[in-house]
Amino acid sequence: MTARMVKVIAANTFKEAVRDRVLYLLLFFAAAAILLSRVLALLTVGDRMKIVKDVGLSAISIFGALMAILIGTGLVYKEIEKRTIFTLISKPIHRFEFLLGKYLGLILTLAVMLTSMGLIFLGLVLVETGVFEGRILLALVYVFFELLLVTAVAILFSCFSTPILSSLFSLGFYLIGHFSWSLEALAKKVRPGPGRTLLGVLSAVLPDLENFNIRTEVVHALPLPAAHLAYAAAYGILYAAFVLTLAVLIFRRRDFV
Amino acid sequence: MSAILTVDGLKKTYSQGFIPKRREVLKGISFSVSEGEIFGFLGPNGAGKTTTIKCVLGLIFPDAGRIELCGRPHLDPRSKAEVGFLPENPYFYDYLTAREFLDFYGQLFGLAARVRRERIAGLLKLVDMERAADISLRKYSRGMLQRVGLAQALINEPSLVVLDEPLGGLDPLGRKEIRDIILRLRAEGKTVFLSSHILQDIEMICDRVAILVEGKILSQGRLADLVSEKILFTEIVLSGVGERDLAALGEPLSAQAGRTLLKVYDEARIPAVLELVRDRKGSVHSLLPRTQTLEDLFVGMVRPQ
Repeated sequence: MTARMVKVIAANTFKEAVRDRVLYLLLFFAAAAILLSRVLALLTVGDRMKIVKDVGLSAISIFGALMAILIGTGLVYKEIEKRTIFTLISKPIHRFEFLLGKYLGLILTLAVMLTSMGLIFLGLVLVETGVFEGRILLALVYVFFELLLVTAVAILFSCFSTPILSSLFSLGFYLIGHFSWSLEALAKKVRPGPGRTLLGVLSAVLPDLENFNIRTEVVHALPLPAAHLAYAAAYGILYAAFVLTLAVLIFRRRDFV
Repeated sequence: MSAILTVDGLKKTYSQGFIPKRREVLKGISFSVSEGEIFGFLGPNGAGKTTTIKCVLGLIFPDAGRIELCGRPHLDPRSKAEVGFLPENPYFYDYLTAREFLDFYGQLFGLAARVRRERIAGLLKLVDMERAADISLRKYSRGMLQRVGLAQALINEPSLVVLDEPLGGLDPLGRKEIRDIILRLRAEGKTVFLSSHILQDIEMICDRVAILVEGKILSQGRLADLVSEKILFTEIVLSGVGERDLAALGEPLSAQAGRTLLKVYDEARIPAVLELVRDRKGSVHSLLPRTQTLEDLFVGMVRPQ
């Protein structure tokens, strides 16, 4: 029962998302950014292919997150605002099934988009170097783990806030997530005391999205410890599950006035 | 007949604004809907009709009270599987076509693809939307959305159909068509619960009604019991007799194109009026006894509030 409901909602969400023009606009800009990395490489000294890979992978990560945020924050809110949720919740469906369906529908959309961007990027690298690089695929997989978490956050905010505010909150989460590692570095430099404890607590509580960033290792052919890869994957999945649980708890008792 | 929907002591308060201000919308309402009837839920705008319906369907949570649907608690998915719902001013996924839209709801009820295909074809025919089946809902007019919304409410062949203001915003022909469909549903043995503030519609089709005013049910029961059959007055349209001569027999209301509308409260005076018209060689154009209508009852209840 549950799996079927979630599948039906997810399929409809996928249909909704792929009929949203914003998605294609972002895909266009992502493709442009990936191809522009080749031009950027011409202007640099050193290994041009490293620039192409670094800029290309960063573009995929940023545009993937933008897709997750801009579409994810509207998904639940639009259902409530447009009152389509009235007919839906009156059907024999649990509210968590609805939320999970929405989440998985968007994840499916993002997987398709990530694949499209990845193919463009891999094609460019293949044309330039004549070599198919498997490690790029690994970097893309970890971008996907990051998107699992960012999408869950976007949906959480979408449960109780307007799309504009939710987008700002989610973008804030994304930025904090990418810079929170510096808190850890700062904590090490501060003298022991309340300041150091506070920084330690903050860096433990705030999300660390740099866990998913293995671009440097991939671009510069550095070793990638299996332990780190396993930790990052588990971190993404568990954090996303935690955020989704929060979203369900908020959504479960909500009145649709 | 057994009750398909029972609402007992339902209360709901909303908090609004930055500094929350509490507003009591439902003040402990109770009613029950029997199987196979058309039950009208009447009330002026803001009386709490939609809030009651949303409580019944699990869209909002009541502060107090008990709701039973098909003999089970109302939030039980098995109860919800027996219900079809058309909201007021329906909004649907406008990126879908009518066929895709109905198919989506069919899937939520776990209907097999073949069953869905058959039901969708039948429902599109019922609501006369076969021509527009493959156009996206974005291009639909309000009346078309109402029809396809009704089809959506019937996709699971529900025992109870809940319609919130189903006739609002429709032209007279559209209203008649929806009324006919509602009557057909009753003939098929389904129960219909409909809310409306358009009294004529309720009067024409409902078996029983409940009148809700400011969150309280002021009256409920069979229409025939609520509305008295007693003649309140008789309206006679006549010509050929001066208003002054009629004043003693009744209340002359208007005179247009030589015709006078006379309101006679005392039935015994009607023969005298007819006699007078015959004497003056005038004519009687119409004679209409007026019994109490639902509107009279409704206005009488709402006004003192």
